[in-house]
Amino acid sequence: MKSDIFKIGKIKLKSRLIVGTGKYKNFKETARAVKESGADMVTVAIRRINVLDKKKPILTDYLNPKKIIYLPNTAGCYSSEEALRTLRLAREMGGWKLVKLEVLGDKKTLFPNMMETLKSTKILVKEGFKVMVYCTDDPILAKKLEDYGASAIMPLASPIGSGLGIQNKTNISMIIKNSKVPVIIDAGIGTASDATIAMELGCDGVLINSAIAQAKKPILMARAFKSAVISGRESFLAGRMKKNNLAIPSSPVGGLI
Amino acid sequence: MAKIQLNGKKTVISSKMTIYDLLKKFNLINKKIAIEHNGIIIPKLNYKKKKLKDKDKLEVVHFIGGG
Repeated sequence: MKSDIFKIGKIKLKSRLIVGTGKYKNFKETARAVKESGADMVTVAIRRINVLDKKKPILTDYLNPKKIIYLPNTAGCYSSEEALRTLRLAREMGGWKLVKLEVLGDKKTLFPNMMETLKSTKILVKEGFKVMVYCTDDPILAKKLEDYGASAIMPLASPIGSGLGIQNKTNISMIIKNSKVPVIIDAGIGTASDATIAMELGCDGVLINSAIAQAKKPILMARAFKSAVISGRESFLAGRMKKNNLAIPSSPVGGLI
Repeated sequence: MAKIQLNGKKTVISSKMTIYDLLKKFNLINKKIAIEHNGIIIPKLNYKKKKLKDKDKLEVVHFIGGG
């Protein structure tokens, strides 16, 4: 498996599992889950710092940005302007060029606003960002994002935090087939087997947050996802057997007594 | 004295304070943060040069957990 390298832009990743850092009980749990998941990239959000509470723990105390790749995201942004402002601040914070763009369209579904997303991608690429883009599972729009210079296409499996798994395998397969940049399932994965299915379809990676953080035992679930992603990838590379509508015996039929 | 908006809250600071002085006051000097001053991102190198004045809007952001 040594030759099976996962590359986003120029960054090489050991793990095809990227994990989010939201919704955990505390930072200690976040750090343990990330470690168990084996991920070398984590998504983070950008918010105002509490200037008055000097002793309040902060994420960077628990997850060292020098040891793990921080992928700043624009979660919570509903317009191109907000998303661009957030990512420009993120770049200033640590020199990050690789970012996750997520422009939401609606509070109820948290579906992406693709018009704003496309617009933002174009601008960010021009400004030198490497953009990984959260998008709908529309193959035409996904291709457009690639044409605009996206570094990775990240279609949703189902709504963010829903845990409903992949709703449209056909669309995801079409996106994978059309795409020259990595396709990473972002949002909607509910359990480890969903991640295996995504990888078996040929996705280059999966991004998981809620399914780990909201599990009854997040640390154990982080480990489950690690195996599930490896398993799915190996299964994809191995190439599954052909499906048949009728039984075909596994033992030779000749020489029966 | 100068009244500024710090992360959306009215804050009174002493006059002629620079961004660097303010960060020092709040113990934020070596933290991974970014600053927006009246809508413009200020590079770290300019923290000592930028003086704060009345009605300035300052945003200090950092990374938090997110998906």
